[in-house]
Amino acid sequence: MPSNPGDVILFVILSALTVAGGLAAVLLRNVVHCALALTGAFIGLALLFLRLDAQFAGFAQILVYVGAVAILVVFAILLTRSSETPATGVFSKTWLAGLVVAAAVFAVLAWAVLQSEPALPHAPGEPQVSVMQIGNALMGQYVLPLEIVAVLLTAAMIGAVIVAMHEKKETAK
Amino acid sequence: MIQELTAFTPQVAASGVTQILWLIPAVPMVAAGVIALLKQPKKKLSAALAIGSLGFSLLIALAAFAHVVAGWAAEHAVRETVNFTWLQFGTSTVDLGWVLDPLSAVMLVMVTFVGLLIFIYSTGYMAHDENFTRFFCFLSLFAGAMLGVVIANSLLLLFMCWELVGLTSYLLIGFWYQKPSAAAAAKKAFLTTRVGDIFFLLGIVWLFAQTGTLLFYNNGAGSMEPAALSGLMTAPAALGLSAAAAIGLLLFAGAAGKSGQLPLHVWLPDAMEGPTPVSALIHAATMVAAGVYLIARVYPLMQAGQGTSLSVVTWVGAATAVFAALIAVAQNDIKRILAYSTVSQLGYMMAGLGLGGVAVGMFHLITHAFFKALLFMGAGSVIHGAHEEQDVRKMGGMRKEMPVTFATYAIGMLALSGFPIVFSGFWSKDGILEAAKDAHFSKGPFWLLVFGAVLTAFYMTRQVSYVFFGKWRGHGHAHESPKVMTTPLAILAFFAITLGVIGTPAWPWFRSFLEGHAAAVEFGKFGESEFLVLLLTSTVIVFVGLGLGWLLYGNKSPEAEERDVLEKAVPPVWTALSNRLYVDEFYGATFIAFYKWWAKVADWLDRWIWGGIVAEVIGSFKLLSRFSRFFDNQFVNGGFDKGCEELYSGGGILSHIQNGRVQTYLRILAVFVVVLAVILLWSSRP
Amino acid sequence: MSPLSGYLLVAALVFAIGLAGALTRRNAILVLIGIELMLNAANLNLIAFWRYGPHPEALTGLMFAVFSIAIAAAEAAVGLGLVISIYRHLKTTDLDEINRMKG
Repeated sequence: MPSNPGDVILFVILSALTVAGGLAAVLLRNVVHCALALTGAFIGLALLFLRLDAQFAGFAQILVYVGAVAILVVFAILLTRSSETPATGVFSKTWLAGLVVAAAVFAVLAWAVLQSEPALPHAPGEPQVSVMQIGNALMGQYVLPLEIVAVLLTAAMIGAVIVAMHEKKETAK
Repeated sequence: MIQELTAFTPQVAASGVTQILWLIPAVPMVAAGVIALLKQPKKKLSAALAIGSLGFSLLIALAAFAHVVAGWAAEHAVRETVNFTWLQFGTSTVDLGWVLDPLSAVMLVMVTFVGLLIFIYSTGYMAHDENFTRFFCFLSLFAGAMLGVVIANSLLLLFMCWELVGLTSYLLIGFWYQKPSAAAAAKKAFLTTRVGDIFFLLGIVWLFAQTGTLLFYNNGAGSMEPAALSGLMTAPAALGLSAAAAIGLLLFAGAAGKSGQLPLHVWLPDAMEGPTPVSALIHAATMVAAGVYLIARVYPLMQAGQGTSLSVVTWVGAATAVFAALIAVAQNDIKRILAYSTVSQLGYMMAGLGLGGVAVGMFHLITHAFFKALLFMGAGSVIHGAHEEQDVRKMGGMRKEMPVTFATYAIGMLALSGFPIVFSGFWSKDGILEAAKDAHFSKGPFWLLVFGAVLTAFYMTRQVSYVFFGKWRGHGHAHESPKVMTTPLAILAFFAITLGVIGTPAWPWFRSFLEGHAAAVEFGKFGESEFLVLLLTSTVIVFVGLGLGWLLYGNKSPEAEERDVLEKAVPPVWTALSNRLYVDEFYGATFIAFYKWWAKVADWLDRWIWGGIVAEVIGSFKLLSRFSRFFDNQFVNGGFDKGCEELYSGGGILSHIQNGRVQTYLRILAVFVVVLAVILLWSSRP
Repeated sequence: MSPLSGYLLVAALVFAIGLAGALTRRNAILVLIGIELMLNAANLNLIAFWRYGPHPEALTGLMFAVFSIAIAAAEAAVGLGLVISIYRHLKTTDLDEINRMKG
């Protein structure tokens, strides 16, 4: 269905926000600024999710990423004294190679997308997804992944604590 | 000519004594082997072995002789053979064997008897020599080989024993090998006889090729029997000769070497370097007689040569007789005079064979063996008595101190000169002269032989005057030799006289024995005028020679430094004669010089051409190896080393990937994800 | 260009940006930030395909994305814990200098 110009403009604005946030996150000198930009990127992505009628995913994004991951990053910055601007440059000595690789990856992906234009599906309607459906799916069809993810989260938590705590104990000696 | 053989019965099965005939040469050879193995010089044991073995052979020889005589007396002339096959290739065979007939029987008895006497004499003569044992070993080996030559029925077996005789002669001439002159003389003897042996071997091979057999007598199939001989007579050779004549000449060449005929006589005088018993045995009685014996053995073949071969034999013999007698006149060494005398007498024997047949030549051989052995042993006794002096000018008047030696020596000398009637030499030489007078083809040999007879008497008188008459010119005091040396002399002297009986024309027992028919006593022969004339001629010759010699040398006793009477008279002739008519010098200038030059050429070739080729090959191999090493070093090693270095540096370079930095790994990951994605997308394109 | 390909391109861009950051920045924390961006871009991809795919009512894409978020959180926690721990050991977060894995 031909998209109305309003959708397009909205999409462009949100994309620009996300991309700008991403770029900023990668390019800024001060790491704290980078973390902040990252948060902006996350929010942009969440809004994009909302646009795509994935409300649950969007809100989960905000809750988890912006609420937890971003904070974690800030904590890490704090604990590694990375907030001080380093004397040497922020980019690696061989930054060009990395840039080229990333560009190559983007080129491949873009080419793939553009090449497969005709084969991409065009679903017309909006999916009506209720939280109950999601809950049913989680408890029903996806209960195993759910449990595993729970275990994973537990393990990750314990692991992170141990990794961080061990070091504390050793340095205390 | 071939009728002679019909007197012999066709061969019957060999009698007992013929079966064991092979023991005659075998036992002395085995004794030689045993003596060779004896560790320490055991003089008594080695002498006993040698003398015992030869005595044993003598006994068997006498038994064989008796058997043959019995057969002759019963009008069944004996010729028995024992043959066996030695080699077989394809259909042809090479046979060996031995024969017992009058010729071999007579020769057997002579060789063993004279040999035994000389062996006994040697125990006295060599008593103080430290190599006593070696001497008897060689002597025994020689005796065995010579006896092998005598009984051989096959030309091949004869040749093998012939060569063995030559070998032992070399060993014995060079017995005192520390003396360079003795070693040189031994070598000269061997090489000179070798020249003759080459022709001999050629003759053997030709005979075998022509007749297919080398046996002499083989029930009609032998090479000396009519069938083979007629074939040889018709087969042509070169220069208009028949095969029989050519082969006969070749065989004679071998005999000429062994028996010291002109021009191969040069080794005999030098062979006097050996001990005196050696000279007596080998170079007087036996080995040199082997050549004469060979011609006697193959006489049917010589006759089949239709006069050519036999006339050559006669002329060579006559020339040798005179040549050697001339040289003997001017020699001063007691043994050398006897050596040249031997050469001269061998010429007589050959002439006798050529002119008058087997009996004439063989009779002179037998008588000569006895009195020449006697003379040599007597000379040995004289040398012994004069304290190893051999120059006759330094002796003299020895008949007083050495009566026995003088008596026996005189008998031998008179026998050699041919003193009439009493002595055997007269009858044997007379037989030859008679045959020479009757020769058809030429009277030349007759006059040569007469002249030779005069010379023989002359030089022997000279020698005896120098040694036994006049004043003693030597040093020290002469003394008689021990009994062990003089007894054999006496025995031989006895035979020197009595052997003449079997060969007188009145009772030609010897000839009839050899020819296989009965002999009649014919005193009537003496009545024939021709015969009487010859008898007188011989007598006159002898007395002329003896008289001349006594006249010139008689009781005079010239000092050692004084020149000889003849030398004063005809100096150039004397010089030529005393220098042995320059034969050795001639050989030295021609053959030997050529040989030396050729040896130099061969050496040059070997060193520069063949050696050069070898050096070139080696050089090219070296070059190749150098190149290969260079190649190996530069390319293989270099390449390999370079390759390893490159790998190493390549590894060094690649190790930069593993720099431990996460971002590097991540980048590589991303790159390969891109590559993978491209591949997947590209391959799934519609 | 369909809406789907637009979203996909955006996702690719964000992914590339995140990758570039992860590959070029010195600070380890920024590598993690880049990784988070990459994960997010993937999530966007998933949601876009869910939305414009054939059976949105199956909730497959949505679930996938939700779980991805959960896992990303766990991973971020552990990762940052590791960075802290490395900082304690080596007193630096400069990735150019952390080459203990060398050899």
